[in-house]
Amino acid sequence: MTNQELKLKSIEYRKKILKYIYHAKAGHTGGSLSCVDILNVLYNKVMNVSPANFDDPGRDRYVQSKGHSVEALYVVLADVGFFPEEDLLTLCRYKSPYIGHPTRKVRGMEQNTGALGHGLAICAGNALAAKKDNLPLNVYTLLGDGEMAEGSNWEAMMLAAHYKLDNLCAILDYNKQQITGANADVIGLEPLRQKVEAFGWAVKEVDGHDVEAMADLLNNAPFEEGKPSFLIAHTIKGKGVSFMEKVLKWHHGVPSPEQYELALSELDRELEKLTVQV
Amino acid sequence: MGIANSKYVPNLIVFSETMQALAELDKDIMVVTSDSRGSGKLVPFGEQYPDQIVEVGIAEQNLVGMAAGLASMGKKAFAVSPACFLTARALEHVKNDVTYSDNPVKLIGISAGVSYGALGSTHHSLHDFAVLRAIHNITVVAPCDNFETTEAIKQAAEMDSPVYLRFGKKGMPTLNREFDPEFKIGKGRTIRQGENLTFIATGEAVLPCEEAADILEEKHGLKARVISMHTVKPLDKELILQAASNGQPIITAEEHSIHGGLGEAVASLLFQNGFRNKFKIVGLPDEYTVTGSQVEIFKHYGISGEGLMKTALHLCEPSNTVG
Ligand SMILES: [Mg+2]
Repeated sequence: MTNQELKLKSIEYRKKILKYIYHAKAGHTGGSLSCVDILNVLYNKVMNVSPANFDDPGRDRYVQSKGHSVEALYVVLADVGFFPEEDLLTLCRYKSPYIGHPTRKVRGMEQNTGALGHGLAICAGNALAAKKDNLPLNVYTLLGDGEMAEGSNWEAMMLAAHYKLDNLCAILDYNKQQITGANADVIGLEPLRQKVEAFGWAVKEVDGHDVEAMADLLNNAPFEEGKPSFLIAHTIKGKGVSFMEKVLKWHHGVPSPEQYELALSELDRELEKLTVQV
Repeated sequence: MGIANSKYVPNLIVFSETMQALAELDKDIMVVTSDSRGSGKLVPFGEQYPDQIVEVGIAEQNLVGMAAGLASMGKKAFAVSPACFLTARALEHVKNDVTYSDNPVKLIGISAGVSYGALGSTHHSLHDFAVLRAIHNITVVAPCDNFETTEAIKQAAEMDSPVYLRFGKKGMPTLNREFDPEFKIGKGRTIRQGENLTFIATGEAVLPCEEAADILEEKHGLKARVISMHTVKPLDKELILQAASNGQPIITAEEHSIHGGLGEAVASLLFQNGFRNKFKIVGLPDEYTVTGSQVEIFKHYGISGEGLMKTALHLCEPSNTVG
């Protein structure tokens, strides 16, 4: 897939995220818009996982530790063929498997997540098992910045470094905001890079909306042999819709009909611009 | 039947020996410890099968999360830690990473109940049945003796679903196998027949019921049935209802809070099925638990041959309706 195609997909994904959240009248809008470029790159450019190999023990593993941004994941999984996209019209409806957090009831999901600070330790277990069995696969997890306050994440960081799990890559959706406000006001996370490095991980930073740069970095993981990789992806909460960007209420805000039309027209303009460039 | 610690083997030792036997035959057996290798008597296991043991340090949340990650890759992961930490500090990881995500981890709660009696409430696990009974998709087992421990470990290893197994560290005599020679997770074992009353107990509280039954028979001419209800969840409903059908008193005994454990599970089952047998739950009351050795604590709360005998006599008295 070319970088141009990836960029187009990112915009299409954003439109779909909004569509299904708008339809369900529920969802984590801001976080889904901030992490969707990361998921785009992982599923379309980096990971060896698809509906065709999903039952193969040798597939790459992805666990979404920040489970609440599930709408982005649903849209990407549908696009790569795990289930028909129309299924998402049932999002959060009675008895729908498409609930507000990932569950294995949906094909393509590896683990049930939702409570924060759980994904990394599970991934460390996946990565260690793969090493024991000499399976040349990689394990990826997406962390939220708010959930970095969970002590279990730091336990898992110690663990992964101790076992030299260089087949493990954690990506932080660093949008600098959480439900109450700025991370820095809620509970200071900085200096993050130094903390993660001090825990024995190899760290790189990237613009979390630059699909090309992320694909380059992730395809060259591990960043350092014998160390787990930590990619700090600097992102913008609500990215792609001007009135949602960095505005706290869009953490789980649902657009009104007017806001929805406005958001779509902004994204359509981006799509046009990108197509004209070609 | 006295408990001379020296001549009996703790269930803990039987557990570690069984793990070695399993690991020898199956390279997918993995033991995960949280600096609990020594307390779990797993040092020989670690020496013999270094590739099949994973240390996570004193980090019970990661113990369970890591074990879930191993299990989801097809490993038979046994997460071993004192029951008090495993089922309290790591509970959200048990609930989400193991049971909800259906990763078939075997959670091994060592030194359970008041095994660490003198160390105080931080080290007691008197809540574990209660919390795990209320969480879907986990089997809860407390074997009473060496035989049940060995069998429980072997069967748990073959189960494709989450299991919590807990036991203590005191030497345990092997109890009667005459009536129920087989052990099967989910099926209680009758280890003594009797028509005057029934003891339904689990884990290390079964032995004092046997002792009480001895005294009741020798000194009072009362014959007590003793059931080892090693599987607290799912409960062997059939066996309990059958035991209650003669209308005689029922006494439950467990090394657990009287709230939410085996006793309340049995009471609920009986009441909802119309049984009104005289009934008493023996366990640890809702108070700051007295400290001392496990035996002393058992005695203090009447989980002893003498204490259970008195409870039984009281209940068998026609005029007494409650324990
Ligand atoms: Mg955030």
